[in-house]
Amino acid sequence: MTTALPGTDPTRSAAAAGGAAERTQPTAAGTLRRAAATFSESKLALAGLVILVVVAGLCFIGPLFYHSDTLATRLYQTNLPPGAGHPLGTDDSGRDILGRLMLGGQSSLEIGIAVALIATTFGALWGALAGYVGGPLDAAMMRCVDAMLALPGIFLFLYLASIFQPNLLLIIIVLSVFSWLVPGRLVRGEVLSLRTRDYVQAVRQMGGRGPRIVVRHLLPNTIGTIVVNGTFQVADAILALALLSYLGFGLQPPAPTWGGMLSAGINYVYDGYWWQVYPAGLAIVLTVVAINLIGDSLRDALEVRLQSR
Amino acid sequence: MTAFVIARTLQAIVVLILVTLAVFFLQHLLPGSEARAILGLHASNAQVQAFNHANGLNQPVIVQYFSYLWRLLHGNLGFSYKLNETVAALLANDIPNDLVIVIPAVVLSLAIAIPVAMYQAIRRNHLFDHVATGVAFVLYAMPSFWLGLLLVGWLSVSLRWLPSQAPQASNVGGVLAHPAGLVLPVLTLALASVALFSRYMRSAVIDTLAQDYIVTAKAKGAGMGALLRRHVLRNSLSSVITLLGLTLPAIFTAGLIVEQIFNLNGTGLAFFTAVDSQDYPVELGILLLIGTATVVGNALADIGYAVLDPRVRQK
Repeated sequence: MTTALPGTDPTRSAAAAGGAAERTQPTAAGTLRRAAATFSESKLALAGLVILVVVAGLCFIGPLFYHSDTLATRLYQTNLPPGAGHPLGTDDSGRDILGRLMLGGQSSLEIGIAVALIATTFGALWGALAGYVGGPLDAAMMRCVDAMLALPGIFLFLYLASIFQPNLLLIIIVLSVFSWLVPGRLVRGEVLSLRTRDYVQAVRQMGGRGPRIVVRHLLPNTIGTIVVNGTFQVADAILALALLSYLGFGLQPPAPTWGGMLSAGINYVYDGYWWQVYPAGLAIVLTVVAINLIGDSLRDALEVRLQSR
Repeated sequence: MTAFVIARTLQAIVVLILVTLAVFFLQHLLPGSEARAILGLHASNAQVQAFNHANGLNQPVIVQYFSYLWRLLHGNLGFSYKLNETVAALLANDIPNDLVIVIPAVVLSLAIAIPVAMYQAIRRNHLFDHVATGVAFVLYAMPSFWLGLLLVGWLSVSLRWLPSQAPQASNVGGVLAHPAGLVLPVLTLALASVALFSRYMRSAVIDTLAQDYIVTAKAKGAGMGALLRRHVLRNSLSSVITLLGLTLPAIFTAGLIVEQIFNLNGTGLAFFTAVDSQDYPVELGILLLIGTATVVGNALADIGYAVLDPRVRQK
């Protein structure tokens, strides 16, 4: 089976659209192929994908062509409005906003994706194990999830930040620790029904052990839930990161983040320095909307029922 | 039904114990020791030992945990050495200030989300549905602190209609005496949660509309109005109860931001201040409060759902 995101590869979707007629085995790959066909028909999904590709391209490829010093303070050019040399103006330390927007986007997207990968992987394994084993272990594992869900991540992060110096690793770990719970629950729910299926019984008869059943047979069949939830996790992590930056516990300055730029700009909003607020703010909103559009379309495509987020 | 209530209550108690374990663990994460964190770096060893002895910190960890539980059961949430008052007294003063904004905000947000979502679900994929979905997406994607400050910039700085901060009183009576100051905090909190509610409600109504009994009612000639009121609304509302339980932590988080922006003396601001002044007992007390509220809220939501929907009980 493939782990590529459905719809990201145009050749795959085209091939899938042709082959969708021959629906045979409900294998993971087949599910993905069908999903890719549905996904590629959705205009909203396409819009989300285009926005995301443009934003990511700007952040990761942009700095190769657009050179600017994003860290040094230059007091002779603070708070410049957009113009020659600085397309989006400068901030209160005289740093180029466009350049910082690109670097800030890199860290926002990287942290978002890292959190989503760690959280969904761990959550899926936890949920699959709990659902497969069942009984008292399942109950114990899920009560732990309930207890952690009851403590909001932001509060916990602030508590930890008052003890430890917040850094990139702490941010990723804490955001992940509070993001694996929902995928864990969802995957467990699916595994509970999957484990009674005939093919799982068959694998067991043939001598397949628990780990093999979980990793090779149960998890691939929950790939829809995992991919959809992972997508939403990226968006939620970007928002959480912005919130932490606003509260003063994001990446340490002068490292740029969208949330940090937005909250720094808000301080000057009454001076009319709109270029310090809107680029960063719109970058967050556009990216999160785009990811949610993709996630929603994926959910429709993979027919994942339910789910409060 | 009784069996369900008992089982669900037992489950909640287990989770509550785990929450206290988690908070107890967090307490022991403090660098050095609790004594050092409170007495400061310059305290002598004798002082530290006296503090440990007085607070039972020289006992084995397991004994400490049980005496912690024992204190909690007696309403002793700890003592803030920075504020020189008990955490329980602080919370008793601040919680009403939270409720003053949270309750109207949740009511307002449901009052917007439910009709909008129902109309969206009926006229699915029409212009209104697309516009409402778009607005919900943007509201969801908007960092709540930016949303709040945009509202301040527009309604209080430009138009000068509303005060830009919450009433600056320490107790709930004083806060309520200046209701104008509560409008912006309530509005921010409501807008931040309306996106969540309306998207959830829309899919709940769409699910309900596809049920056989709706088709039957339609076939029997039920008018749209009666159909919506008697069948769709009631059935979709029961899922809102679950949603309210699930969103409690998110509401607390939004409350933290709103109280920070508008300087409202609730538990959120108290938590934020405690983080700044490293007032660990207050932080841990508020974490425990939120955890308990969420666990109890979820249990009540599940039980309420079971009361309203007999299908749940039979599972």
